[in-house]
Amino acid sequence: MSTDTSTETPEPASKIDLPDHVAGDSGSIPSFDCTFQIARFDPEQDEEAHWEEYKVTMYGTDRVLDALHKIKWEEDGSLSFRRSCAHGVCGSDAMRINGRNRLACKTLLKDLDTSKTITVEAIKGLPLEKDLIVDMEPFFQSYREVMPFLITSGHEPTRERLQSAEQREAFDDTTKCILCAACTSSCPVFWTDGQYFGPAAIVNAHRFIFDSRDEGGDMRLEILNDKEGVWRCRTTFNCTEACPRGIEITKAIAEVKQAVLQRAF
Amino acid sequence: MQVHQYDVIIVGAGGAGMRAAIESGQRARTAVLTKLYPTRSHTGAAQGGMCAALANVEEDNWEWHTFDTVKGGDYLVDQDAAEVMAKEAIDAVLDLEKMGLPFNRTPEGKIDQRRFGGHTRDHGKSPVRRSCYAADRTGHMILQTLYQNCVKHGVEFYNEFYVLDLAMTEVDGVRRPAGVVAYELATGEVHLFQAKSVVFATGGVGKVFKTTSNAHTLTGDGMAVAYNRGIPLEDMEFFQFHPTGLAGLGILLSEAARGEGAILRNSDGERFMERYAPTIKDLAPRDIVARSMANEVREGRGCGPNKDYVLLDLTHLEPAHIDAKLPDITEFARTYLGVEPYTEPVPVFPTAHYAMGGIPTNIGAEVLADNDNVIPGLYAAGEVACVSVHGSNRLGTNSLLDINVFGKRAGIAAAEYSKTADFVELPEGAEGDTVALLEKMRTSDGTERIGAIRKDLQELMDANVQVFRTDETLREALDEIAKLRERYNNVGIQDRGKRFNLDLLEAVELNFLLELAEVISVAAIHRKESRGGHFREDFPDRDDEGFMHHTMTYLDPDSETDGIKGMRLETKPVIVTRYQPMERKY
Ligand SMILES: Cc1cc2nc3c(=O)[nH]c(=O)nc-3n(C[C@H](O)[C@H](O)[C@H](O)COP(=O)(O)OP(=O)(O)OC[C@H]3O[C@@H](n4cnc5c(N)ncnc54)[C@H](O)[C@@H]3O)c2cc1C
Ligand code: SF4
Ligand code: FES
Repeated sequence: MSTDTSTETPEPASKIDLPDHVAGDSGSIPSFDCTFQIARFDPEQDEEAHWEEYKVTMYGTDRVLDALHKIKWEEDGSLSFRRSCAHGVCGSDAMRINGRNRLACKTLLKDLDTSKTITVEAIKGLPLEKDLIVDMEPFFQSYREVMPFLITSGHEPTRERLQSAEQREAFDDTTKCILCAACTSSCPVFWTDGQYFGPAAIVNAHRFIFDSRDEGGDMRLEILNDKEGVWRCRTTFNCTEACPRGIEITKAIAEVKQAVLQRAF
Repeated sequence: MQVHQYDVIIVGAGGAGMRAAIESGQRARTAVLTKLYPTRSHTGAAQGGMCAALANVEEDNWEWHTFDTVKGGDYLVDQDAAEVMAKEAIDAVLDLEKMGLPFNRTPEGKIDQRRFGGHTRDHGKSPVRRSCYAADRTGHMILQTLYQNCVKHGVEFYNEFYVLDLAMTEVDGVRRPAGVVAYELATGEVHLFQAKSVVFATGGVGKVFKTTSNAHTLTGDGMAVAYNRGIPLEDMEFFQFHPTGLAGLGILLSEAARGEGAILRNSDGERFMERYAPTIKDLAPRDIVARSMANEVREGRGCGPNKDYVLLDLTHLEPAHIDAKLPDITEFARTYLGVEPYTEPVPVFPTAHYAMGGIPTNIGAEVLADNDNVIPGLYAAGEVACVSVHGSNRLGTNSLLDINVFGKRAGIAAAEYSKTADFVELPEGAEGDTVALLEKMRTSDGTERIGAIRKDLQELMDANVQVFRTDETLREALDEIAKLRERYNNVGIQDRGKRFNLDLLEAVELNFLLELAEVISVAAIHRKESRGGHFREDFPDRDDEGFMHHTMTYLDPDSETDGIKGMRLETKPVIVTRYQPMERKY
């Protein structure tokens, strides 16, 4: 990452020629029909989840979240799912779309094959609560267990702690995590062993282990050296593929494994 | 029904709520009630930065920051509050760094700083580098860092608890908070939380508008709950429309883009801000840029099939520079509009962004009952509050600052208050109104749909109460809101269950939106001048003689002003310390 603050970009031109497709008419917005199969589960009535089908007409850049809203707001108000920001930054709406974990608000319909039925179900491995909602508590529990906060000793400096751009870069990738659980709930090890910390917790441990200001690395490495820790990872890359923030999770886990070995207890 | 008791209850776990919790949690028995998991709060969406006169990269001082804040707010800022904020900004940033926030760094390893709209050196001479940032994810980093520190300090959270009412009791002639009534999403149960002090930190109300950068969950709950309990709302007519929302979607592209050198162009390819703000051009304050854009579109120089947006041009910037400083927002343009910002300008249009108004507080974050009296034990901080540090137009980066400075103050004050105060008795049947409302809604079988009413409301507000307003458009909005409220009485919801009934909660939230849309419109009718975010085409000038004051709106069934029933409007003087109003030119 460049942190050079001295370069000034030159003043841009006061006026430029814009190509027609940018300045003017770029055509009308296409619409298309989609069929959804959504896994529904009402804890007050159902023994288990079942599929229900919905047909909706959607437009141009609509996302899966827009389709879910359309169904909820116009057809069936009882369809339940979490969401908030609607643009991929809050981590509320991870779900299995066509068998892959993604954020509904970041999955454009035009990027799916809308000639086929689109399936939507809750993420796996966490207790199902209702429709697309799961219990997130076990997920946050693992997160809390890796001590996801800066640990320092001695007196606090009056000004900021110094950190070079290179030192900052070492953990940049893992600071992007929004705790959506797409990774952990796509991990086959986690499905069979709910005790495994899971990729998200390791990502958040990485964020501090490799922060030059932090002094708690050894404690975290000890925690992750546990039998439910990093060694359970089988490097299937599901997590990296699922991460909506593009974090190289498998790489981060490998770096943590390396660190455990180097600091061998 | 479960009854809980804490010294301090904090409502909301965004930046303001968690900053308060970190302080309060170390001093008093504290619980945080939040309708979202803390890390889902919309503070996480903030991009550009947080200003503080650290002077890490060039000369700067907090007095200049104060001046910019006052001028940016078009002189409706309470200057004592702006001073506190600009002074405490420096520690607020350093506190976050010490808590672990990964700021971008200068070559010397210090916190890096960049330019942001309206922030200048020496009282407007030229733009200054004052915004501390972490790429274009500053809000994300703040929210994560605060949550991490709450975990560290063992702060107690009640996640997915919706606070729907504030219980107040009169003690020796003074109204005080006794606790709050909350709805637990997972079970459908109503809980009572008794507390000595209560802090409101529920964020904004962007969802009254259709085109907005705000989350679906920003429905003004805290404002509406307070208003319904007789607490006034201050300056609700002032809503900020951020210039650069992705066209048609409202998703924000931070002002940091312009801070890093991006510029706006119309369909002629012209850099039109040179005409509207010759000195600082594209970095003029948001209200000015947003109106200039809307004006370009009105005068036929918009782009696209409907000529209804302008362009944000980054094509003259180095791709490597864009990747380092603006990775997320350029990704938004690619994902949601399919535009490659390296080579193509990005379609943008103003988007409803920030409520300058809210629950009135003093600089101690204490909530005001009226112009002269506070409500002992009740605090508010963040976007839900109006201190007022933003006046009629908030400067970019001053909200992340506001939530940290006044969140901290609220947390300390609430905890200290609880050490000397006793519990106030809960009023008889404190939960009664909430239980009745929820049961009525849960069993409602009218023919109107929530989604339809909300959509009509949002479109109405976009059409009539946006960047350009007139008496006529505002009255039209009011008439229509009245009709929508009638339709709301005939609403039917479909989910009859107890567990995770979001259908029910959307109905409750819609009621808050309808109430607040009305307050916004009425306050806007009364302000017959143009100032900051509030622009009246029928009164295009600022009128310091008539309107150099805050608006205080009270719910009052017996009142009628200008043919509007149920509300009382009063004024509150602006606190002026150093800066006399001047013409606002950039
Ligand atoms: C896209 C975007 C970009 C921005 N960029 C910047 C920037 O660069 N710099 C800057 O200074 N400002 C920026 N802002 C503004 C700033 O981010 C917000 O004003 C600020 O984060 C608000 O923080 P808050 O803590 O008041 O509220 P929020 O973070 O919105 O938190 C509100 C909390 O209240 C809770 N809540 C709400 N209702 C209830 C209820 N009924 N019961 C219980 N809990 C409830 C929610 O669960 C949530 O935890 C930006 C805003 C947006 C939308
Ligand atoms: S690492 Fe990626 S997928 Fe996993 S929780 Fe974080 S953001 Fe989500
Ligand atoms: S709704 Fe926030 S990430 Fe999708």
